[in-house]
Amino acid sequence: MRGMRVISALAGLAGLAVSGGAHAIAWYFQTPASRMAQDIDMLHQYVMWLIIVIFIGVFSFMFWACYAHRKSIGHKAEEFHENTTVEILWTLIPAIILVVIAWPVTKVVIAQKDTSAADITVKVTGYQWKWGYDYLKGEGEGIRFMSTISTPRDQIEGLAPKGENYLLEVDNEMVVPIGKKIRVIITAADVVHSWWIPAFGAKQDAIPGFLRDTWFRPEQVGTFRGQCTELCGKEHGFMPIVVRVVSQDDYSRWVGQQKKAAAAAADEPGKPRDELVARGEAK
Amino acid sequence: MSAVIDSHAHAHGHHDHHGGYGGIMRWITTTNHKDIGTLYLWFSFVMFSIGGLMAVGIRLELFSPGLQFVDPDFFNQLTTMHGLIMVFGAIMPVFVGFANWQIPMMIGAPDMAFARLNNWSFWLLPFAATLLVLSFFMPGGAPGVGWTMYAPLTVQMGIGMDLTIFAVHILGMSSILGSINIITTILNMRAPGMTLMRMPLFVWTWLITAYLLVAAMPVLAGAVTMTLTDRHFGTTFFNAAGGGDPVLYQHIFWFFGHPEVYIIALPGFGVISQVIPAFSRKPLFGYASMVYATSAIAIISFIVWAHHMYTVGMPVTGQLFFMYATMLVAVPTGVKVFNWVATMWKGSLSFETPMLFALGFLFMFTLGGFTGLVLSIVPVDIQLHDTYYVVAHFHYVMVAGALFAAFSGIYFWIPKWTGRMYDEKLGQIHFWLTLVFFNMIFFVQHFLGLAGMPRRIPDYALMFETWNAISSIGAFGMGLAQLLFLYIVVKCIRSGEPAPQQPWEGADSLEWTHLPTPAPYHSFETPPVLK
Repeated sequence: MRGMRVISALAGLAGLAVSGGAHAIAWYFQTPASRMAQDIDMLHQYVMWLIIVIFIGVFSFMFWACYAHRKSIGHKAEEFHENTTVEILWTLIPAIILVVIAWPVTKVVIAQKDTSAADITVKVTGYQWKWGYDYLKGEGEGIRFMSTISTPRDQIEGLAPKGENYLLEVDNEMVVPIGKKIRVIITAADVVHSWWIPAFGAKQDAIPGFLRDTWFRPEQVGTFRGQCTELCGKEHGFMPIVVRVVSQDDYSRWVGQQKKAAAAAADEPGKPRDELVARGEAK
Repeated sequence: MSAVIDSHAHAHGHHDHHGGYGGIMRWITTTNHKDIGTLYLWFSFVMFSIGGLMAVGIRLELFSPGLQFVDPDFFNQLTTMHGLIMVFGAIMPVFVGFANWQIPMMIGAPDMAFARLNNWSFWLLPFAATLLVLSFFMPGGAPGVGWTMYAPLTVQMGIGMDLTIFAVHILGMSSILGSINIITTILNMRAPGMTLMRMPLFVWTWLITAYLLVAAMPVLAGAVTMTLTDRHFGTTFFNAAGGGDPVLYQHIFWFFGHPEVYIIALPGFGVISQVIPAFSRKPLFGYASMVYATSAIAIISFIVWAHHMYTVGMPVTGQLFFMYATMLVAVPTGVKVFNWVATMWKGSLSFETPMLFALGFLFMFTLGGFTGLVLSIVPVDIQLHDTYYVVAHFHYVMVAGALFAAFSGIYFWIPKWTGRMYDEKLGQIHFWLTLVFFNMIFFVQHFLGLAGMPRRIPDYALMFETWNAISSIGAFGMGLAQLLFLYIVVKCIRSGEPAPQQPWEGADSLEWTHLPTPAPYHSFETPPVLK
């Protein structure tokens, strides 16, 4: 027993030494930035505390038996081996506890599935190994870009010190306004991927050839990071998702910039004349 | 009764003791349930070592952030093969080994019903294992698709994928043949008086497991065959461009995959149900309800498969149905745990190695069951799906559940198998080392999953560093501790103290009460009569 404690203590110290204490140790959900993520956190805690209580209850019987009903202190075994009342009770009580758990959960499940009445709809496409964003409806309609990991290869291969957002940074972030319901329509171009932002409690697999959707309503300004969570080949670990939540004004400004940039790109020399005609910029 | 058996053994003498062949031919041609059981057990240990080495490779790469030892492609191959080899090569065969050794002895039969089929169902395995391992040496290497082999990523793989598919076919055949044999043996070869409801619980759990195998393995064979034809013959079962659906693969796979979880767990439940009463010196509490609970778990296991797929985007009614059905599993599983604890209650407990592993099983398998309940909650699962929380959860079920039960059973029955005792002190050290290192590897992975680390990635963000380092150190320790296990077994076989007929005073099934130690080559040539 003592050896066991020493070993685990040493191992813990070794782990800390390796990490150098440079980074905060994450051990629980990221701070929720949406009502849905809050609900998930609440459900998790609710179930977790229930489990801890039951676990301690059941295993205190086991450990008490291990202590008090040992052969080495001369405890004699009794012969009982069934008791219908007890057996019915410990079938029924867990069943009732499950109903108690299921009730609040069901409400959240239904809310989570409700993607109607969105303010902005964005189509997200998973590629090996990057994400494509198409703003389909609402303010910003028509904006489209690709989003690829921006962590330098040198950092991954250990040739340069790793940055703060190592593996969780992209060239083009998805930008959304605070407080708006964002519907995300998700698909993939090649294999199954999965789009996930933990702080919003939104995760949806990207199925090639099919459209699926989920939604989130961000309640904080900031940058939120997630990763692809369905194995999609070699670079599966290197296709992060970054969503920047901004105020409504900043969002309008960002939309303006994107539109201007898109128009500038469209005006490059060599564009066919009828395209300009179509946009009313030439006759 | 044992006197009768002894005289038979003497009458046969020793020259035809092992079926006429010696050396390697004895093992290749054997139709004896004990020899075949031994082959299964050693085979699974070899696969356990190979799969374990792969796990060490994975943990080595994950020890610190950045890519150090393996490239991402090879990392994916390691996770895939680790999973396939551990599930199909290590855990399933170890329990078939138990079934072969124990079922005839526990029901009072001379051998398995189909002796030659038994030989064949074992000897299929080395071919399948060879295919699996060979796939690493093919162009493009082994498939890097995860043990779940999700479409359409499988279409992008090299020829190693085909080798894996054929390996799965062969493994499936082996399991089905073995199961038919087990079902036939149990239903037809019980000694007079051994009614179904008097069978030891280990036999019951295997009867139910064998039915699960016969029902589930063909489904897996179908899924991988469709993958094969999608790859080579232009079918589009899992390709939307041709009218197929990638999610269909997941449905088929998990329709096999969830019963598979119980195929792995139920024989372990059986072992524990023999060990706990023996070391509590008290009969199993609620025998009948144990049988019913096991059957209930088996039936429910066929209607919960889509809880592995909450994030594919199924309708809300589908999510709710699979959530309620999954939560329901907790009821019969709870009954089993309560029964085991009640068996210990007011017993006369002693803590030899088999009992220690059984208690380790009980404590940590329950923990794994509870995290399973957490994962059954749809919104929570959507947050935790495909993260390290899931990895931690199923390793608590597979390792602390199935592997601990297997260790418990090996220490429990090895005196009967070899005629010798293992070194009790070393056995207990093996238990404590395995327990500590196991928790070091996997308990911290719950935190990684909660904090958002996806599974199957070769590199990770800096906030996951500490837990990964601890987990990796645990993995190295766990690997080394299993070398001690090998040493204990070899030492037991070569130079253990001779074991008495009944080394455990509380054990009361036929192999202890009616057979000498070591068990004779043909267990019961005349069936014992149970009053």
